Amino acid sequence: MESRTVSLAIRVGTGLVLAFLYIPLLIVVIYSFNNSVSQTWPITSFTTRYYSFAWHDPDVRTALATSLTVALFATLLAFFLGSLAAFAVHRFQFFGRNTVSFVLVLPIALPGILTGIALNTTFNNSVRPIPFGVLTIILGHTTFCIVVVYNNVLARLRRTGSSQVEASMDLGADGWQTFRYITWPAIRTAVIAGMLLAFALSFDEIVVTNFTSGTELTIPKFIYNNLRQPRNRPVVNVVAVVVLLVMTIPVYIAQRLAGAEAGTAAGRRATLRGDTEPGL
Amino acid sequence: MVSDEADRPAGTRTRVSAFLFRHPRLRLGGLLGAPGLWFLVVYLGALVVMYATAFWHLDAFTGLVVKQFSLANFKSIVDVPVYRTVILRTAGIAAAVALTDIVLGFPVAYYAARLAPARRRTAVLIAIVLPLWANYLVRIFAWKLILSPGGLLEWLFAKAGMHVTIGSSLVAVWIVFCYLWLPYVILPIYAALERVPGSLLEASSDLGARGWRTFRKVVFPLIVPGIVAGSIFAFSLTLGDYIVVQLVGKSAFIGNVIYDSVGIANDIPFAAAFALVPLAIMSIYLFVAWRLGAFEAL
Amino acid sequence: MRRLTTACAVMGALAFVAAACGSSNTPSGGGAAAPKVYNSIGQGEGALKLIAWNGYTEDGSNDPNYDWVHPFENQTGCKVSVKYADTSDEMVTLMRQGGGSVYDGVSASGNATNKLIAGGNVAAIDPALFPEFTNVISPLQPATGTNNSHYVVNGYVYGVPYMYGPNFLMYNTNLVKPAPKSWDITFEPTLNGKANPYAGKLTAYNDPIFIADAAVYLKTHNPSLGITNPYELTSDQLDAAVSLLQAQKPLLAKYWALYTDEIDGFNNKSIVAGTAWPINLTYTKDSAPAAAVIPSEGVTGWADTWMISANAPHPNCMLEWMKYTMEPKVQAEVGVWYGAAGSNTKSCDLIAKSLGKGGAQLVNSVEYSFCGNVDFLNSLYLWRTPQAACGDDRGNTCMDYSVWSQKWTEITGA
Repeated sequence: MESRTVSLAIRVGTGLVLAFLYIPLLIVVIYSFNNSVSQTWPITSFTTRYYSFAWHDPDVRTALATSLTVALFATLLAFFLGSLAAFAVHRFQFFGRNTVSFVLVLPIALPGILTGIALNTTFNNSVRPIPFGVLTIILGHTTFCIVVVYNNVLARLRRTGSSQVEASMDLGADGWQTFRYITWPAIRTAVIAGMLLAFALSFDEIVVTNFTSGTELTIPKFIYNNLRQPRNRPVVNVVAVVVLLVMTIPVYIAQRLAGAEAGTAAGRRATLRGDTEPGL
Repeated sequence: MVSDEADRPAGTRTRVSAFLFRHPRLRLGGLLGAPGLWFLVVYLGALVVMYATAFWHLDAFTGLVVKQFSLANFKSIVDVPVYRTVILRTAGIAAAVALTDIVLGFPVAYYAARLAPARRRTAVLIAIVLPLWANYLVRIFAWKLILSPGGLLEWLFAKAGMHVTIGSSLVAVWIVFCYLWLPYVILPIYAALERVPGSLLEASSDLGARGWRTFRKVVFPLIVPGIVAGSIFAFSLTLGDYIVVQLVGKSAFIGNVIYDSVGIANDIPFAAAFALVPLAIMSIYLFVAWRLGAFEAL
Repeated sequence: MRRLTTACAVMGALAFVAAACGSSNTPSGGGAAAPKVYNSIGQGEGALKLIAWNGYTEDGSNDPNYDWVHPFENQTGCKVSVKYADTSDEMVTLMRQGGGSVYDGVSASGNATNKLIAGGNVAAIDPALFPEFTNVISPLQPATGTNNSHYVVNGYVYGVPYMYGPNFLMYNTNLVKPAPKSWDITFEPTLNGKANPYAGKLTAYNDPIFIADAAVYLKTHNPSLGITNPYELTSDQLDAAVSLLQAQKPLLAKYWALYTDEIDGFNNKSIVAGTAWPINLTYTKDSAPAAAVIPSEGVTGWADTWMISANAPHPNCMLEWMKYTMEPKVQAEVGVWYGAAGSNTKSCDLIAKSLGKGGAQLVNSVEYSFCGNVDFLNSLYLWRTPQAACGDDRGNTCMDYSVWSQKWTEITGA
């Protein structure tokens, strides 16, 4: 249907938009080699010394450790809870079934600040105030990570259908065997993709973290705090670049895993953060 | 299906498995119990606690919460003109962002869905999604570097012989929001375009419609739901954000009013009351979208 | 659609919950009950969590020559972690996190201290624990001082004085000529009958307390308003200050709350003048020609106090920290780095000596906030929380802080 001009225009447009998406990231990479504390353009002299600064900065190390711990536990909890919910919704018809998807998606669909304030108020006002720290960050992160695993697993379950499960049961396999040999292989990649995305989501989160972390430092919090320290900005640039590189790995793998067999658009979209259609 | 498990030498596992099979309610409870409890206790409970505080107010001097029922917060949201300004400003920019992103996103979505060969399509899709995972703060910070006086943009304009500074302004906020949410808008449009059957386009062409007409009469009506879905993301994400305005903006948005009420003034009751505003706006938005029939094809 | 109905139902239910929960409790009010008093220092707990203003707790990461945190850690074994806040309100909020058990202490200014005291969030201390109290500048003395109501209430001493200083006028020495003597360049759309040449390149502090700065200006320039104290404003006086600020807004490049916003602005020349903390000057001089002046109308300022949380998780480390920060050596370092004046007058002597001025010569420069100068300290309109009670024969006709906050939102949000 496209004429040659239209097709050309669309190609050019695509190129421009992709440039729009990537140039800012490139700028950050360039600035991480900036020698001067002042952040003006053009950059006059270059250095790699801030990479060694960042490497030796104890705050960066603590923040990294906390971020990894939180992301790991939040992911495991999300895996557990999200998969259970997905199975429940897939296998059963029950009152409030549609509400489940809606409720699970709320923490992402509503502004993060609401989740943050809500959790903060609750932790502060619970019968015995819960001390802010790694535990409270994990609680907060798990809440919005569940939906990522849930979406991925549910999409895969819907696609695989139930005939194989029925066949397995007919052939005399018990529930565990059916799960072990039929269901699990079918959903494995979806689960892993969901977990990788949950991990990345947790590693990146700042708003809920700000409200639930107390004095605990995570990588995004380190960045947020140090944007305020005029002389520490070069270190922020460096940390930003490292995070950029580290984050792309799990996301890339997740995309490949989910995308490899996910022929349909629905499957692919379901793996995305922000795919927040509450089962509309 | 399975009715003869009693005949077999049943191990514990088999018995448990069979028992569960005969009691679907129990299975359902086992599956949904943990996540359900988590959400009820950690999340929904917290939301209820927060919204309940909307009916309390702060003591003027100590800044402590006075736990007495009052509608004072809602009254000041309605009465104080500045909140109306903030709400209109936020909704206006949110709408502008949604529109801009649709315009920017369309060619990419179209390319990925209809023009790109299979391998390149995957590459383009990954290229769209990857920036979402570059740290959100870093992406805002990148724009701060570009837009601030003495930054890249001013330098580029100077090279072109113009003196333009964006600095901290609504324009900067608009650009950064467009940047941040663009991938969220592209993907639903892409998905909608991908679902347009090629046969319809051929039929349209066979019947003599030229490119533009086919687009307007066949393609566009089919992808409206995708466009609306994308705009919902851009719109709702803008309504809730406060960090962008903190870093590159000048005038408060809804998110800032909420954040300042909590993070600075510790006025959680007012924040909770004000937090109903984005909720209400989104409800209206979704309702209108639903009336337009935008959800049906999703 | 069903979802909307559900949402409405939930909202209705919430109203009931709130009504049911909210019947009885009223605030405990002005902290009339005897507060907790710390009167001994025990073994340190190995950690210390502080809320501070930027520049108050340097650990060498900004400049290796300025580090008074590591020596403290080595000396006491208390590992320090700091949360920086941008405004006094934020400090109060942070101190109340987790029932007050998240942070050990705070470097609170006068517009936070009395809120914290009234809220029962901070504990009193026995001054006898801190021998350096004898060297504290006279107006801030706990027993005899004339300017100590921000930390001495009902005879209880809540914390130890740290630094004090002005919110002075900072300007770019290359671009603002002649050097300003008045706040008028930041408030007036026209100067000497001409459009203000710095319009669009000014800044102001983004906090309700900045209304007081406008009131200070009006006190001189509009005497008919009868402003006596910038924190005791009647409705008319407050409205006048608000309209001055509304007229100022178009002249601003932006407000700063994040102090880096002002520093960046000076560095890239998008800002040439505005109210500033001394630390902003320290940083700005890194890469821009800047100086500060105390304008003729006078300035607002702050006297900050290290206060200990009533539920401090590491009280002994906090008490050690309070003791440590009173030392002249420490306050001298802070003074040079931050530009504020140490409340311990011996710190001024140390700074004078390091500048080669010798002996007890005072550090008579705005760069060090006129360290040790009692008249200067008394001339500052120190930050405090506006209350309905004016504190004079006008009775309860003054506007309290909630009105200030709301007015500020109206100014900045519009």
